[in-house]
Amino acid sequence: MSKDGNALPTPHPFMANTAPGSFQEMLRVAKVNDIEELFEQIPQDHKFTGEWNFDSAIPSEASLYKHLTGILRKNRSGEENLNFLGAGCWQHYVPAICDEMVTRTEFLTPVWGTPSSDHGRNQVWFEFQSQIGELVGMEFVGLPLYSFGTAGGHAIRMAARITGRNKVIVPRSLDPERLAVFKTYCGFKELSGYIEIVYVNLDPKTGRIDLMDMKSKLSSDVAAVYFDNPNYLGVIESEAKELVALAKTVGAEVIVGVDPISLGVLTPPSEYGADIIVGTTQPLGVHMNAGGGAGGFIATRDDEKYAREFPTLQVSLTGTSVPGEMAFGLTLFEQSSYGSREHGKDWTGNSVYLWTVANATYMSLLGPTGFKEIGNTILQRSHYAAKQLADISGIKITWGSGYFKEFVVNFDGTKKSVATINKALLEKNIFGGKDLSLDFPELGQSALYCVTEIHTLEDIQNLVSAIKEVIK
Amino acid sequence: MIKSKIRKYHAPVWDEPLVMQMGKAGRRGAIAPVTEGAIASAVGPAIDLIPASMRRLNVLDLPELSEFEVQRHYLHLSQQTLGMMGISLFGTCTMKYNPRVNERIVYQPFVSEVHPHQDPSTMQGILEVVNRFDHLLRKLSGLDKFVFQAGGGADAAYTQACITRAYHASRGELAQRNEIITTAQAHPCNPATAAAAGFKIITLALEDDGYPSVESLRSVVSERTAALMVNNPDDIGIYNPKIKEWVDIVHEAGGLCFYDHANFNGVMTRIRAADIGFDACMYMLHKTFGGPKGGGGPAVGAYGCNEKLIPFLPGPIVETNKDGSFYLRDSNPNGVARIREFLGNIPTVIRAYSWTRSMGIEGLRDAANISVLANNYMEKRLLEIPGVTKGMPDVKGRRLEMTRYSLGELTDQTGVSCIDIQNRMTDFGVDAYWLSHEPWFIPEPFTPEAGELWSVEDIDYWIDVLETVCTEARTNPEIVKTAPHNQVVHKQNSTNLSDPQKWATTWRAYKRKYAVTD
Repeated sequence: MSKDGNALPTPHPFMANTAPGSFQEMLRVAKVNDIEELFEQIPQDHKFTGEWNFDSAIPSEASLYKHLTGILRKNRSGEENLNFLGAGCWQHYVPAICDEMVTRTEFLTPVWGTPSSDHGRNQVWFEFQSQIGELVGMEFVGLPLYSFGTAGGHAIRMAARITGRNKVIVPRSLDPERLAVFKTYCGFKELSGYIEIVYVNLDPKTGRIDLMDMKSKLSSDVAAVYFDNPNYLGVIESEAKELVALAKTVGAEVIVGVDPISLGVLTPPSEYGADIIVGTTQPLGVHMNAGGGAGGFIATRDDEKYAREFPTLQVSLTGTSVPGEMAFGLTLFEQSSYGSREHGKDWTGNSVYLWTVANATYMSLLGPTGFKEIGNTILQRSHYAAKQLADISGIKITWGSGYFKEFVVNFDGTKKSVATINKALLEKNIFGGKDLSLDFPELGQSALYCVTEIHTLEDIQNLVSAIKEVIK
Repeated sequence: MIKSKIRKYHAPVWDEPLVMQMGKAGRRGAIAPVTEGAIASAVGPAIDLIPASMRRLNVLDLPELSEFEVQRHYLHLSQQTLGMMGISLFGTCTMKYNPRVNERIVYQPFVSEVHPHQDPSTMQGILEVVNRFDHLLRKLSGLDKFVFQAGGGADAAYTQACITRAYHASRGELAQRNEIITTAQAHPCNPATAAAAGFKIITLALEDDGYPSVESLRSVVSERTAALMVNNPDDIGIYNPKIKEWVDIVHEAGGLCFYDHANFNGVMTRIRAADIGFDACMYMLHKTFGGPKGGGGPAVGAYGCNEKLIPFLPGPIVETNKDGSFYLRDSNPNGVARIREFLGNIPTVIRAYSWTRSMGIEGLRDAANISVLANNYMEKRLLEIPGVTKGMPDVKGRRLEMTRYSLGELTDQTGVSCIDIQNRMTDFGVDAYWLSHEPWFIPEPFTPEAGELWSVEDIDYWIDVLETVCTEARTNPEIVKTAPHNQVVHKQNSTNLSDPQKWATTWRAYKRKYAVTD
C-alpha cells in the first residue's frame, strides 16, 4: 500500500480520493486509525486471504482502448458484411440523432431523480409510451420490458390473472428463442401460477395459423391466445380478425406480438380486436448489439381490468402546484414489486429505459409519412429479393406472398444444407438467413431471410449471384 | 457546521411542449431509402404486397418535425434532466463514473452491428470479452461460472428462482420444495421474482441485531425449503455475521443459497460468495462494475454459480474450444432454457470488463476501502445535524458502504418530510437521495451512499446542502414544503395518478380524458 493509503501505486482517474491527502483526512475525521477497523462487522473467517492472480490494472485510457478494441476487432459485423439475419433481432438503419441522444450523459449515467429534477427524462418516457400507443392504437402503455419475449411472457401471465385460467395457445411458428422465454414464464406444474402451453398448427399451404386447428384447441379453460403478426416465419396473419373472433367465443384474452416498424403500413392489432399488444422496441432506433439491443413493450386499452395487472412502471401526465404546468409521475406504483414485494404483479426492476430515448427520437423523426415510407421500402425490397431467389433453380420461397420483411427460403432442390450454404456465403462476406432446419424440420432445408430498408438493389443482386455460385 | 460556500443554481427551463404538440403537417425528420426503379417495377406498388385485410387505412397521428427540431427537442429534454450533473449519492445504486471510453468502444460496428445469430466464428471478440470477464468474476466470487443474460438485478434474482425450480425438479423434489426464504431487508425483487416463479415466500423479520436470528431461520427451514435469497450487508449497512451458519442450516435441509450481491461495493476483495458457502450470487454490472444505469437499464445482473448449478444455467453459454477459440453451448434439456432472448446486454458486459481492467484488483480494493471510509466520514458529519438520526442506532459497530438515516425527529419538530427535503435539495443542484425500499422500518428514511467516485469536497458539499435545508426546515418550513423552486418544474401534483378517470399514460388517453383538441 502506498503512503496515501491506496493499494494502487498512483491516483486513479475514476477516484478523486486516491490523490494524496483525502484518504487521511477522512480517516482523521471518522476517527479511524487503520482501515481494517471499518470492516469489524465481518468475521475474520469470512475474509479472503488468498492470492488473487488477477489481470493487472490498465488505468491508462489509451492503453485500455487499445486492449479492448484489439479483442473486439476480431468480430465481423453487419456493417462490413451483407447481413440477412433477422429472427428476433433486425438490422435497420439507426439515425445518428438516436445515438447522440442515448449517449448524452444526462440520460446515460443517472438512476432516479425527483419528478421535477428528472422532468426531461420523464417526458421522454411519456413520449415513448404515447408514440407506441399511437402505432398500436392503444391508450395504456407501460415503460419497456427487457425484451419481446419477456413482454409476451408477462402478458400471458396478465391474461391468466384476469381470466383465472391457466392455459395459453401459441402457434407452432413461434420464435424458438421467444418460446423458451414463454416456457420459463409459464412455470412448472408442481408450483403455483403454472400455465400450460398448447400449440396450434400452421397451415402448411399458407404459413398462417390453421383456423380449424385453432377451433379444436379452444376451450373454456384457455386464458389467452397468443400470436405474432407478422409471425416468426415472416407471414402476415391475414385472418387475424377470424382468429380473434374464435378466441372470443371461449372468452380468452387475445395477445398479439408486433414489430412496430411494420405499423406504418399494416393494420394495428387493436383494429382487429387484440386485448393486449406486445412487441419489440429494437427496430426503433436501437442497434442490434449482439442481442443487447432487445427491448419490449405492453399496451392495452385504458381499462382498469388491464391496467391493474401491469407488472411495469408507467408514467402518467399530471400537473404541478402551478396551474397549467406539466409534470409526470408514476401511476399504479403500488402494484409493482417495488410497492408490494411478492404481492405485486410479477416483478419489475432495471429494464431498458435508456432505449426509450432512442425509440422516442426515432418515432419523432419518422412521423406518419416516414413510417409509411419505410414500410413500403421494406415490403418492396423483401419481395424483390424473394422473387430473385425464387428464380434460381433448386430454390423455392416457401410462402410466396403475404409477408413483410422476412420470408422462408427453401434449398431442398439444391441438395445442399443451409449450414453448407451459409458457410460458403460467409466466405463471401454474406451472413445468410437463419437456419430453420433444426427448429422446423418439417420445412426441410430452409432459412429465414430478412430484408430491410438497408438492403439496396446491388446488395440483393450480390446475394443472388453469391447463392448461384454456392449451390453450383 | 457548513464547510462550503453554497453556490447559486437553477435548472434549465425550456417549458418544452410534448413532441406530439410540436411540428407542422408535411415536415420530415427522416427519409427512408428510395426503392430503386428496377425493384419497384418488378414487384409493383407496396400496398399490393399486403393482404387486403391487413392494410393500415388510417393515418398515424405522430408528430411531423424537421430533423433539427427533433434533435433540439430531445437536447432540451436532456438538459431538463439533472442526471448526476450535480452530486448523486443515491444509495443502493452505487453511483459511479461511467468511463466515456466505453461508449466510444461499444458504439463501433464491431459491437453495435453484430447480430446475435451470427456464426460464433464471427463473434470471437465478444465471446472472448464475455469469457475473460466470467473468469474475473469467478476470482472475485470463488464461484465456477458466470452468465450475463439477465437484464438487471431483479432478472438475476428471477434466474435464481428459475434455476431453483429446475434443480429441485431434476431431483423430483419440486412439488415438496415450494418455499423460498428471504428477509425483510432483502431487496423486493427477491420475494417478487420467487413468487412469480411459483414459490411460496417466507420473509424473516429483523431483530435487535439488525438481522433475523438464527433461531428464526431454523423455525422456518424444513423439507419444504427450496432456497434462501438474501443480501449481505443489507442497505442499512449491517452485515450478518452469522451468515455462514445460515447457509449451513439451509444446505442441511436440502435448500439452495443465493447471495444477492447488490451491496458488493464495500466488501469487494474482502469476501467471496463461495467461501461463505453460497451456491450462487449476483453482481450488478451497471452499479458495482461501472456500467451506466441509463435511468433504469439496459443493465446486467451477472449470475454466477457453483458446479452444482452449472447444468441448469440458461443458454446460450460461452465455452472454450481446445484451440482457445470460443463457441456457444445451448442450455441442458432439464436446465433453464432462457430468462430472456440472446446473450444479454453485451455492451454493458464489455463496459464492465473494461472498468474492471482499468481498476485492477488494487483499484477494486481502493474502491471498497474508500466507499466504506467515506460512509463513516459522512456519518460523523451527518449525525451533527440536529434532527438526523442513524437507522437502527442500537446496532453497534462501523457500518459498511452505506447507512440508512432517519429525518423522523426533524419531521416531528417541523412537519417537513424526507420527500420535502429531497425536493428542496434539488434546488441546489443536488440529485435526489434514495429513501428506502419497502417496507419502511425507519421513519422518514434516506440512504446516502458515497462510493468511491465522489471527492471529499463533493461529499462535504452534499452534506452542507442537507444541513442548509434542515436549517430552513426550522426557520422557513414553507420554502421546503413547497419546494422545488429552482427546478425544471414545480412540485408534482400526484392526486391524479391513482384515479382511473384521470391517469394518462399516453397522449391519446390524455386528450380523451381532458377533452384536448389538437
